[in-house]
Amino acid sequence: MQTSSTQMTSASLIYFSSVSNNTHRFVEKLQLPEGQAARLPLHTGTETLLATEPFVLMLPTYGAGGGRGSVPKQVVKFLNVEQNRRLLRGVIGAGNTNFHDSYCIAGDIVAAKCGVPHLYRFELMGTSEDVSKVHKGLEEFWKQQSSLSAA
Amino acid sequence: MTTSAATETQSTLLDHVEAINWNRLPDEKDGEVWNRLVNNFWLPEKVPVSNDVQSWATLTEEEKTLTMRVFTGLTLLDTIQGTVGAVALIPHSLTQHEEAVLTNIAFMESVHAKSYSQIFSTLCSTKEIDDAFRWSRENENLQHKAQIVMDYYHGDDGLKKRVASTILESFLFYSGFYLPMHWSSRAKLTNTADIIRLIIRDEAVHGYYIGYKYQRALEAETEQRRQELKDYTFDLLFELYENEVQYTHDLYDGVGLAEDVKKFLHYNANKALMNLGYEAMFPSDVTDVNPAILSALSPNADENHDFFSGSGSSYVIGKAVETEDEDWDF
Repeated sequence: MQTSSTQMTSASLIYFSSVSNNTHRFVEKLQLPEGQAARLPLHTGTETLLATEPFVLMLPTYGAGGGRGSVPKQVVKFLNVEQNRRLLRGVIGAGNTNFHDSYCIAGDIVAAKCGVPHLYRFELMGTSEDVSKVHKGLEEFWKQQSSLSAA
Repeated sequence: MTTSAATETQSTLLDHVEAINWNRLPDEKDGEVWNRLVNNFWLPEKVPVSNDVQSWATLTEEEKTLTMRVFTGLTLLDTIQGTVGAVALIPHSLTQHEEAVLTNIAFMESVHAKSYSQIFSTLCSTKEIDDAFRWSRENENLQHKAQIVMDYYHGDDGLKKRVASTILESFLFYSGFYLPMHWSSRAKLTNTADIIRLIIRDEAVHGYYIGYKYQRALEAETEQRRQELKDYTFDLLFELYENEVQYTHDLYDGVGLAEDVKKFLHYNANKALMNLGYEAMFPSDVTDVNPAILSALSPNADENHDFFSGSGSSYVIGKAVETEDEDWDF
């Protein structure tokens, strides 16, 4: 499903990663099938993606104090598109416990604002244990989701 | 040789300086981290450490001595990082803006070092303070760790300096940071712990940024040189780790916490490696940090926040958080 020219994506995992690539590395380690992971554009000047299928959003927190400005602008731009918000099913946060109660706060903010669960938190680019937990967790999560929508 | 990293200079001081233009950012990370650090700025005088005087009095003599020794050890590391470490990285900067960020890092390390003295002057007598500083000069393992790092800071390999600096920021502090988190989890010295949490927050940004710059500088290197630096990183971490284990036993055996501290060391060693772009080294069965310590560090890092591991029934959808509504259309 290479539809990048029209900025549409049917990926089940959509993520933001800055030039530090920590979150990007985590996604690479998940080894999802081709087309199942899509990265949001690095710059807000670039047109954002349009999701066409339900997805989980993965996003990092860089340690803001008190929550202000915690959600990367690129993610805000993406979620300002109504269709993207409607297809969002859950959030996975990346961060650093050194940030005390701001650990993964961008994930908390998006989850609260969009009424979806914050499924998992990991630090930096994640350990192998994080990778296997998220891999398994996402599989289970999508099974639950499809049985819910079938019911 | 770092010949391929053409933008680096080899002198100890810059010999040519151009006016810095913040309207042209070759690396946007410089602007982002500058803003983050400036927004995180704090001073220890704003934290009411004097509220810990009563709590301090409940510690045994041994616990007081341990706490003071831990803090003089941390003071030494912050002093090194402020006056030598961050400054030594400046001539190797990839951008002018990186130089500016490093001056911010250097200054904040000096603020950290000073904040321990504020804690001391509030809680302890002059004689106790002098004794603790004397201990820090005489403790072999503490001096050894300072010497290992200082040797690299005086070398001329900018990449190795960044590795040593990231390991200091993201690993070497944590044998010390453990103790105020331990006291805080027992509702002791909670204002002191607030200061330490501010320091911990800063060190995370410093380790992230210096580790990121290491990875950028690495991009210009040959495959052989990259392998050499990776081997060097793991060798240095292991050498410092063995020394940290000795230091930890020296400090914590008397209060029976050494094994607990070591788990915290493993956990943070993994994070130091990740900041440098390498995979974590210690397996999860030796990084299972005491939940009380983890929760003192970050209240939302526990298993109740893991939707995937549980049935999900204990999970509560995030509490209402203040958001920047002006940025959101919905």
